[in-house]
Amino acid sequence: MAEAVLDPGSGQAGGHDASHDEHHYTATGLSNWKVGFWTFIGSECLFFGTLLSTYMVYKGASLEGPYPSDIFDIPLTTLSTFVLLMSSLAMVLGLDGVQKGDRKKASFWLGVVVVFGAIFLGFQYYEFNHFVHEGLTLDHSVFGSTFYVLTGFHGAHVTVGVIWLSTLLIQSLRGKLTPDKALQVEIAGLYWHFVDIVWIVIFVLVYLIP
Amino acid sequence: MSDTTLAPETAPESTPSHDVHGGHDEPTGLWSWITTVDHKRIGIMYFLTSLVFLAIGGIEALIIRVQLFAPEQAVVSAETYNQLFTMHGTTMIFLVAMPMAVAFFNYIVPLQIGARDVAFPRMNALSYWIYLFGGIYLNASWLFGAAPNNSWVGYAPLTSTQYNPGLNADFWVLGLSILGVSSIMGGVNFITTIIQLRAPGMKLMRMPIFTWMTFVTSFLLVTALPVIAVALILLAFDRFYATNFFVAASGGDPVLWQHLFWIFGHPEVYILVLPAFGVISDVIPTFSKKPLFGYPVVVYAGVLIGFIGWGVWSHHMFTSGLGPIADSFFVATTMIIAIPTGVKIFNWMATMWGGKIRFNTAMNFAIGLVALFTVGGLSGVMHASAPVDLQQHDSYFVVAHFHYVIVGGILLGMFSGVYYWFPKVTGRFLNEKLGAWHFWTTLIGFNLTFFPMHFSGMYGQPRRTWTYSETLNVELFNQLSTYGGFILGVSTLIFVWNLWKGVKSGEPAGSNPWGAATLEWSIPSPPHHYNFPALPTVQSREPLWHEAERKSIEVVTLADPEVEPEMPNPSYWPILLAAGVTATWALVMTGIWWVPLIGLAFTAFCTYMWAFEDPFAKKGAAGEVTHG
Repeated sequence: MAEAVLDPGSGQAGGHDASHDEHHYTATGLSNWKVGFWTFIGSECLFFGTLLSTYMVYKGASLEGPYPSDIFDIPLTTLSTFVLLMSSLAMVLGLDGVQKGDRKKASFWLGVVVVFGAIFLGFQYYEFNHFVHEGLTLDHSVFGSTFYVLTGFHGAHVTVGVIWLSTLLIQSLRGKLTPDKALQVEIAGLYWHFVDIVWIVIFVLVYLIP
Repeated sequence: MSDTTLAPETAPESTPSHDVHGGHDEPTGLWSWITTVDHKRIGIMYFLTSLVFLAIGGIEALIIRVQLFAPEQAVVSAETYNQLFTMHGTTMIFLVAMPMAVAFFNYIVPLQIGARDVAFPRMNALSYWIYLFGGIYLNASWLFGAAPNNSWVGYAPLTSTQYNPGLNADFWVLGLSILGVSSIMGGVNFITTIIQLRAPGMKLMRMPIFTWMTFVTSFLLVTALPVIAVALILLAFDRFYATNFFVAASGGDPVLWQHLFWIFGHPEVYILVLPAFGVISDVIPTFSKKPLFGYPVVVYAGVLIGFIGWGVWSHHMFTSGLGPIADSFFVATTMIIAIPTGVKIFNWMATMWGGKIRFNTAMNFAIGLVALFTVGGLSGVMHASAPVDLQQHDSYFVVAHFHYVIVGGILLGMFSGVYYWFPKVTGRFLNEKLGAWHFWTTLIGFNLTFFPMHFSGMYGQPRRTWTYSETLNVELFNQLSTYGGFILGVSTLIFVWNLWKGVKSGEPAGSNPWGAATLEWSIPSPPHHYNFPALPTVQSREPLWHEAERKSIEVVTLADPEVEPEMPNPSYWPILLAAGVTATWALVMTGIWWVPLIGLAFTAFCTYMWAFEDPFAKKGAAGEVTHG
């Protein structure tokens, strides 16, 4: 969905003549991109819901170790969770910067989001690496299969978000992210917050509940 | 064409609309179709593509019928038979029934709500190309002699690498994954279109029922498809990366596949049937010259079906041993969902009651749906009862049941829609005489094919089995089914012939040849590429049946604008991006983890090019692109 939102044609009225405004007529007054993106997020809820359900159904079904309690490092994952949550705060501040036309603020906080997202991915890379050394591979057990596929798909979503926000960051640094483009940032933000929330659910269900 | 003379008083016969034809101001040629983002062209492409797949799926069915004509035959091998019924089911559901409905969504919904296009025109084109490429990929399996052989439900462990080591299930799992992407995007697009692009005054409860059912179906698409997407992804991991999701020996659970498949699979049934319900809810009032009886009830029944459709999936699994409590729950919910469906049947009958009914082909097919779907619905209520279902499960009785629902319900509804909207799409009528032949051969061929299956099933003939013993005493029923199947084949040829003749030399139709009530009939046939010169204002549910309102709308919709509304430019990024998505999935087949990343890189490249393309850019004299 990233492409949809970066679309310059989707921007608000800036530079458009009167006949062009008819493209922006909507029955609700909301932007099409916003409604479409919320719909997409609804669809994503079912996607992660199904992956999570699969994990829960298979909890304890592994025939051999390592089991979750053997290898999870809760303090470490708590730290990476904290970093991801803070990136959501940065996202809010970055959007505020764009909306107010404050290029410095926007660029700084969008940069923080990108860096924090990358740090989270670094933690995940380290964790995966560590688990594989402990003997938990993708094809080793049901726990391995469900764990890597669930968290892997979340990681893939974070990766898409980092790439998307990097693109916006570059736009911001080049001064192209004017307040009339705030909608693009807002929708990238929706995506980012959604990916964060999914992680909170994963963190609780997979890591915290024994 | 005696029907045109019967058009009611409200038909705008004296308006200049009969001479006005849109659609002549468009570029032509293959390239213009490849790059089009016009919802009407995309709708036509969806329809023609689904027609080709209908022919393929139909030929597969006929080979099956020839094999079953007599006991103990070996026209095809057991393995080929497995591939035939798998591809028949997969094709008819994912490549025919769903996209044919989407063809109508595309063409009709924007016209019915008074919009110039869908909310995301390029994404709409992307959905189409992914569907086309996914369908080609799935059918390419025949060229490798490895068509999917795991049935359309793909139960574990029939799809495991242990029991199905060839390419067959690979094609199936990856092909369906590709198609799922297309459907989810379509759902997002139509939800947004219907929420956002309704013309002024087009409140939700003024929308034509076809648009309403598209709306409900789109919600089912965006919610049900992710579930099957995950199931397919898990299966793909099992097959390509040796995971253990459905491998019992490693702690996996094959029944989980059944749950995931049917949590998607039952909403899918309503994804298939609700559009057909929508079509005839527009057709029946038009040809009864009466507003739909109990409009709000029909809407609520449709929405209710959408909701309850999520709570009945395990009635496909009564023989899986879920236990009496689960079984009882799903018996109850399944019987409950029959209620809103029955309500709709009565609404259609009450609409016809006391109406001035015109029996033309569109109406015949609509009435055929009401009758035949009811037969399928009744046998459905029979095996809603778990003990009864234990006897009928996996027998030809079930085959009879769902063909009454899918062919008798969905296909007849689609045919009704084709005869109804053909004049809008082409500006010409389909031939009514050929239409009558088409209808009656369909009706006779259909019942001759599927009614005897109730009996062969009750006698114990199992489905998905390539032959049967003489001692089963089902030879006569099978022969009748085979004869019926070929009559259905002939009826489809008549239909295609009629379409061809209609496009070439059908009688010209005006803007509102049926005297219908809804907004799509207020614009020229075929419509201009921008549909509406300016947006009309709607004041009621049947805007064209109220004289003053019709006039106020047609002043707007039939006007020749001085400046044509600006429409998005054609784009070739949708087809390239679709190629990237398809390649990404197809390359998973190599089993080497990094190879799909090549496709992914191309997809990412196309995504960026797409994102930075301005759909409304104007090409200056020097070829320089300027904005707005």
